Amino acid sequence: MERFLRIDRRIIFAIIAGAVIISLILQFELPIPGSKPVLAVYKKIESIPENSHVMIAFDYDPSSKEELQPMAVAFLHHCFSRNLKVIAMTHYPGAPGLVEQALNAVAGQYGKEYGEDYAFLGYKPGGASLIINMGENLYTAFPKDFYGNDTIALPILQGIGSLRDIDYLFDLAAGTTIETWIVYGKEKYRFEFGAGCTAVMGPDMYPFLQSNQLNGLLAGLKGAAEYEALINKKAFAVSGMRSQSVIHAIIILFVLFGNIIYFMSRRTRHA
Amino acid sequence: MRKDTDFFILVFSVGLFVCTNIFLMASGKLPISFNGFGIVLGAGLTLAIYSFLYKDNPAFKIAENLYVGVSLGYTIIIVWFNFLKPDLYDPLIVPFFSEAAKTPQYTLLVPSLLGIFMLLRFSRNLAWLSRWTFAFVVGLGAGISIPRVISAFILEQIKPSLRPAFTGGETILSSIDTLLILLGVTSVLIYFIFSLEHKGTIGKVSKVGIWFLMISFGASFGYTVMARVSLLIGRVQFLLKDWLGILQ
Amino acid sequence: MNFLKRTIPLIIAFTMGVLMTLQYYIPHKLSQDLLEVVTRWDRIIAGFAVFIGAYSLFHLHWTRIKRKVEGWGYSVFVYFGAIITLIFGLINGGKFFWNDKQEGTMFDWLYYYIQVPAGATIFSILAFFIASAAYRTFRARTRESTVLLIAAVIVMLGRVPVGNYISLYIPAIADWIMAVPNLAAKRGILLGVSLGAVATSIKIIFGIERSYLGGGE
Repeated sequence: MERFLRIDRRIIFAIIAGAVIISLILQFELPIPGSKPVLAVYKKIESIPENSHVMIAFDYDPSSKEELQPMAVAFLHHCFSRNLKVIAMTHYPGAPGLVEQALNAVAGQYGKEYGEDYAFLGYKPGGASLIINMGENLYTAFPKDFYGNDTIALPILQGIGSLRDIDYLFDLAAGTTIETWIVYGKEKYRFEFGAGCTAVMGPDMYPFLQSNQLNGLLAGLKGAAEYEALINKKAFAVSGMRSQSVIHAIIILFVLFGNIIYFMSRRTRHA
Repeated sequence: MRKDTDFFILVFSVGLFVCTNIFLMASGKLPISFNGFGIVLGAGLTLAIYSFLYKDNPAFKIAENLYVGVSLGYTIIIVWFNFLKPDLYDPLIVPFFSEAAKTPQYTLLVPSLLGIFMLLRFSRNLAWLSRWTFAFVVGLGAGISIPRVISAFILEQIKPSLRPAFTGGETILSSIDTLLILLGVTSVLIYFIFSLEHKGTIGKVSKVGIWFLMISFGASFGYTVMARVSLLIGRVQFLLKDWLGILQ
Repeated sequence: MNFLKRTIPLIIAFTMGVLMTLQYYIPHKLSQDLLEVVTRWDRIIAGFAVFIGAYSLFHLHWTRIKRKVEGWGYSVFVYFGAIITLIFGLINGGKFFWNDKQEGTMFDWLYYYIQVPAGATIFSILAFFIASAAYRTFRARTRESTVLLIAAVIVMLGRVPVGNYISLYIPAIADWIMAVPNLAAKRGILLGVSLGAVATSIKIIFGIERSYLGGGE
């Protein structure tokens, strides 16, 4: 019996790879109802008046791109379709290329203009200090945008002096930046705050949801898929849910099978 | 014998990869352009890294080290364009050489000097100067975090834990949940108090804390599986859609 | 010398710590200006820290190459990758680095077709290992590990669309696990960690915690 537990792990790898490929190729629809934390973000964007300022912090890099880039794209679709002004920035030096890719792709579809309807302030080191600096004065924190334009001259930033003037801040996080934004930003500058994060961090965010320090949360590719479904722009995340379902089922079967063999072989040994 | 098999697998894989790309480009599925070659390179690196699943091999190591190098180069250049240039070079250095610019912002000399002190930690004789910088950074960090952490992470988190279980309007279940959260938070905190011996009532309460922790670790495990699988799905989507053009 | 090496850093940490703690409670223009200036300084210093990381990495691989340790040849690829990216970054599409960053240059190409696919793939490998570990080692050996296992299975099923097909109770139970026991435990941990962080900060300010000074005199 125990030899089943000692099979070459490459067989397990092959099963996983095969299952992902097949479930992506086969087209079948699965229901993706919006969960409460995702709906909260969606409703917030729906409720903000046109031309309000939404700041998006793209706090991730290529290593978490597969979870957070679809989320970023879906969220941008919603913001631009609602004619909100989008200000982007990042705490990660590996992020700018991904930010440009997402912004340019989505803004183009809605005929949005750089500087008027959206802007990318770029990357800055500093973490907590950067957030406080932005909370006190956005222009000393970001004297120039990513392309070298003076931020003070950008039409999109008219009427914005600091984080206090932002109508909604949305952090796409692969690390601990949500906590940093809450402690050093929201705590003092009182902006409305929502977030999207990798699934690994999802469970850690629930205390902030209940305390309303986070108004809503998109966790992992599932969060992105729910958002895509809500705004009716089904893309990468929704189609990924097929494979996600299949692989979860397979892993659960692995766990059950492994445990059954474990208990059976233990009983045989005791007998 | 084993080495021969590995060599054969390597030659076969590379050959198959080259043939696939020639086919894709010849059939017009991949454009013969910078972007087309970029996708081929990306697919090659993806497959080279996945080859690790078969066994550790030179293709994986080359891809991994190349990635480290490119990320390092990218970070340095981004730091120049996003930080050094707009925050130090433009306001502090450029005004010395350009008449059109404003007067240099001399106050920036302080953090620049502290930054340079930090880099001196690699020097044998002057490494002690880096302590000044670390003292500034650590002292500032401690100062800004004390009131903010107390307010945002302690008070704001205690508040909803202590909210009334019944004020009218709730269901019995939601009132039970409120009490369960209070029980969970308290028991987990008691579990973490190591200065008290976990015996008697304290021992029993901390046991409850362990149960809450186990459920939350289970939830975290489930979410971790979800995250890793999502990353894999993303990469397979890239291979099937952007490279092979199988998915629409 | 001891004064410069030990006393001054302790004075700096104490002054900055006390000043910034008090600053929070003083909503005056001067106090806010101070906060803006020091945080701006701090993020400039943080920028220099990036170069410490870069130097360490270059140094590590240079030592491997110099000493010809096993597999030193792979370290050459770190230098190769870094140098071509730096060169194209500095050339900046023909406008050179002292001008603003240009779009669509070879520097961006290297990012999109090397850093992005390789970075994303390296971390996705863990999907295979986690599946293999689930099969081989995830066992209900004790009561505690059984609870962990059951919670994990329910959450894994409840968080994907297929959970809805099996039973509508599965997503509902998964939601409850996340919003009640998970929340309580995570909040307990958060409170514990936060109390610890405040205590450490106070120790730093009063010079009880000095590990940031490093070793030596």
